[in-house]
Amino acid sequence: MKKIIILSAAAMLAGSVYAGGYRISMQGQRQLAMGHTGVAVINGNAESIFFNPANGVFLENRFSFSAGASALFANTKFQNSTYNWTNSSENLGTPAYFYANYKISDRFAVGLAVYTPYGSAVDWDTDWQGSHLVNNIDLKAFFIQPTVSYMVNDYVSIGAGLIYVNGGVEFNRNLSRSMTDDQGNRSDVTLDAKGVTAWGYNVGLTARLDDYVTFGVNYRSHIDMEVENGEATFSDLPDFLKPTYEGTTFSASMPLPAELTFGFSYQINEQWLAAVEMNHTYWNKYESLDIEFSNGTNSVNPRRYKNSNTYRAGVQYTPSEKLSLRVGGYYDETPVRSGYFAPETPRNNSLAGTLGFTYNITPKLGVDVSALFIHFDEFEGHYDHYIEDGLPVSFGGTYRSAVGSVGLGLSYNF
Amino acid sequence: MKNKFIYLSVLALGLVACEPEFDNELTPDSYSSGEADFTTYVAIGNSLTAGYMDGTMFRSGQQNSFPNLLAQQFSVVGGGEFTQPSYADDVNDLGGLLLGGQPIQGFPTRMAILMTSDGSGPVNLAGTSSIEVSDLQQTAYNNMGVPGAKSFHLVAPGYGNIANLATGRANPYFVRHATSPDASVLSDALSMNPTFFTNWIGNNDVLSYATSGGTGVNQEGNIDVTTYGGNDITDPQVFASVYSTLIDGLTANGAKGVVMTIPSVTSIPYFTTVPYNPLTAEQLGGDAVIDMLNAQLGQLKQVLAVFGEGDRLQLFSKTAANPVLIKDETLTDLSQQITAVLLSLPDAGFSQEEAMAIGTIFGQARHATADDLFTLTASGVIGQTSLVLPNPFNIMGVTYPLDDMYVLIPAEQAEISTATTQFNQIIRSIAASKNLAVADMNDILNQLVSGIRATDGQIYTADYFSGIGNMNRVLFSLDGVHPNARGYAFVTNEIIKVINRHYKAHLPLVNVAEYPGPKIVTSNN
Repeated sequence: MKKIIILSAAAMLAGSVYAGGYRISMQGQRQLAMGHTGVAVINGNAESIFFNPANGVFLENRFSFSAGASALFANTKFQNSTYNWTNSSENLGTPAYFYANYKISDRFAVGLAVYTPYGSAVDWDTDWQGSHLVNNIDLKAFFIQPTVSYMVNDYVSIGAGLIYVNGGVEFNRNLSRSMTDDQGNRSDVTLDAKGVTAWGYNVGLTARLDDYVTFGVNYRSHIDMEVENGEATFSDLPDFLKPTYEGTTFSASMPLPAELTFGFSYQINEQWLAAVEMNHTYWNKYESLDIEFSNGTNSVNPRRYKNSNTYRAGVQYTPSEKLSLRVGGYYDETPVRSGYFAPETPRNNSLAGTLGFTYNITPKLGVDVSALFIHFDEFEGHYDHYIEDGLPVSFGGTYRSAVGSVGLGLSYNF
Repeated sequence: MKNKFIYLSVLALGLVACEPEFDNELTPDSYSSGEADFTTYVAIGNSLTAGYMDGTMFRSGQQNSFPNLLAQQFSVVGGGEFTQPSYADDVNDLGGLLLGGQPIQGFPTRMAILMTSDGSGPVNLAGTSSIEVSDLQQTAYNNMGVPGAKSFHLVAPGYGNIANLATGRANPYFVRHATSPDASVLSDALSMNPTFFTNWIGNNDVLSYATSGGTGVNQEGNIDVTTYGGNDITDPQVFASVYSTLIDGLTANGAKGVVMTIPSVTSIPYFTTVPYNPLTAEQLGGDAVIDMLNAQLGQLKQVLAVFGEGDRLQLFSKTAANPVLIKDETLTDLSQQITAVLLSLPDAGFSQEEAMAIGTIFGQARHATADDLFTLTASGVIGQTSLVLPNPFNIMGVTYPLDDMYVLIPAEQAEISTATTQFNQIIRSIAASKNLAVADMNDILNQLVSGIRATDGQIYTADYFSGIGNMNRVLFSLDGVHPNARGYAFVTNEIIKVINRHYKAHLPLVNVAEYPGPKIVTSNN
């Protein structure tokens, strides 16, 4: 029991799991249950300020709070029949969030959002056949975003947030496909960066087109996470490499891409609400993961991610004041190009289904529950750009992933 | 308590519910042995079968012998246990051999690359061997590869008798594990009752001659093997007869197997690494030295020209790479003629002894051409100054002709090539008569010279280790003849492909790239 608690506590606010690229779209149980739509969903709960900062001023209550976390299970299996390779990675992560919104007046609201939109953890068996690319990786980042929203007129509001990012990564891989020390242990390097900070912003606009239809648009800025003098620990080096590598530090930069979202919500009647939206993620800024070591050597790892879209839809049914039911889904395009499928982020296109409910224990306090399942097709993935003695060599096989989550949250509005 | 239960259930449920499934999950049933039966796999052959590399047999190297790697793949489809002669006494992983506690001459420790700030080059690891020949194991093993064995050695009783070591009629490697003094390698192999075998023999029947620089005798026409020397080429009829005996024995109970052909010398880095013209102006000592050398050379050229043999020698170039001076025993010996001409030159002032010395040295000397092949060992000799020879004729391969043992002249290459082709024809035809699979290592190694592209995109060649630049691609060990661990993995895959094709099996390949290449050390004391 203690071990499991420690595991979860360590993963709390860490979001060690993945969706398109290393983006995790799980920033609110209510909206997740509706396919993670939200840019045009007004009068929800405090989760709205993440999906569109302009939505804060549309919330009904003066004070709105929402907090929650999910248990996210990501399993990937790998096999290659030419060589009889089999391997798998099982990861549990706990993305979490906290939102608070205060309506200073009918036209003006301020809020604070804390959430974990990025994470990636994969844990292959040490020294597996792809160990020259990755043995294990754990990437996490949390965002703190103070927000303001302003009602321009009865129909249109605008909002903005300043984003403070704090993140880190721990990444281990073997130095080459065969390098060992004198005892035959594979030489490897662990890159460790903690407390990497950066800044960004979030702007949005919401427009009530009529009594039923609302339009929302949101833009999240591109953020570069830059590591300087990160800790690089080399293990099991042969004697002739020790002088080259011992005591080096590393620098690297990893992009958290910009995201543009726009969508519509349609209040069909008092009980039924539907929402559709599209996210466009500017992944093409992720050309290559370049690691510079203080001894002058460089590790260039081409990635060439491409811009990708996610298409979402969700429905909410509120039969009474006590209960809301939700269902939704989304189709998530992978940013990974053919030939660049690296086992540290082994994800192809996926199709997700979500459902959930809110049960209002009291008029002020509600319990939000969500469940998610992401379906991935079996996929032949390979990475063709690892350079060995001047020549690119390929690594790949058949991958199959399955991801699911259950989430719990509380909303308190008064 | 209840909360903990719920928590754990959610966890377990989640992890189980999200279990991905493959359409065709890989299991051992995904593979098959086809028409072959790998229950008892026995390998016979020489050092290439035993797992010899870097100039010796050593404990960790043996783990990567191709039969051991093959057996690991066979085990997926029902292959049985695979045993190899024990090297447990090689506690420091140095190789070499001891007899009665004393290191045996000609069985040095393992080679490695010594890399220092001054440069890098191959060395024998410091230390003394701990592999004692007289600790007799007296066991038959699945791996019956005996380093140094020629074809007829495998059927010779007494080849493993310790008493025969003094007369050279026994092999210390076989002595270590022969089941009895009179056992033959073949009889020990057959005592394992093989259901499947590999047989890679015949290399030493021709390649011992090659690695000796052609100093042995071509025994074609002589079928009495008791008269053979170690560096001789075996008579083809002897080879055919022995090879038949081996195959008849191995297939007597219906066992199937793979035989391998013998590579040609032009595909082994032992013969292709040292160029015929390694001498740059800088290495020779600069322009002034070259002028001085050319003065002497010019004179000798003129002397030889008198007999129409002026082309034997070339003047040194200050810009281009210069060929090595070698002794070619097929040339007409002009020692006396040279001496006579030198003595007849009035102004040259050669004494009787000087003229005779020069005549003797240059009687059969010539500069190498692109048609000559040099052994790897020549690199340690060319350019060295001899302590016994008189100045200025004391720089090996420059002013003193390199000995026959370091060079394969075209005539010697032709004998080797003819014998190799004859032996390979015998191997292929005997294999065909028994419907055995043939792994054509001759063809594969020839392709390796220009490069073979592996399925992962890496291009492997037959080059010798040249430094950090090719350390992940080199397949040959530092002795230039035997593969390294990665090379044996490459060989294993070629054999698996042949087995898959010929016996309609479906075996998984090994991952060549993860096997180690050359061992590099920073100190050797």
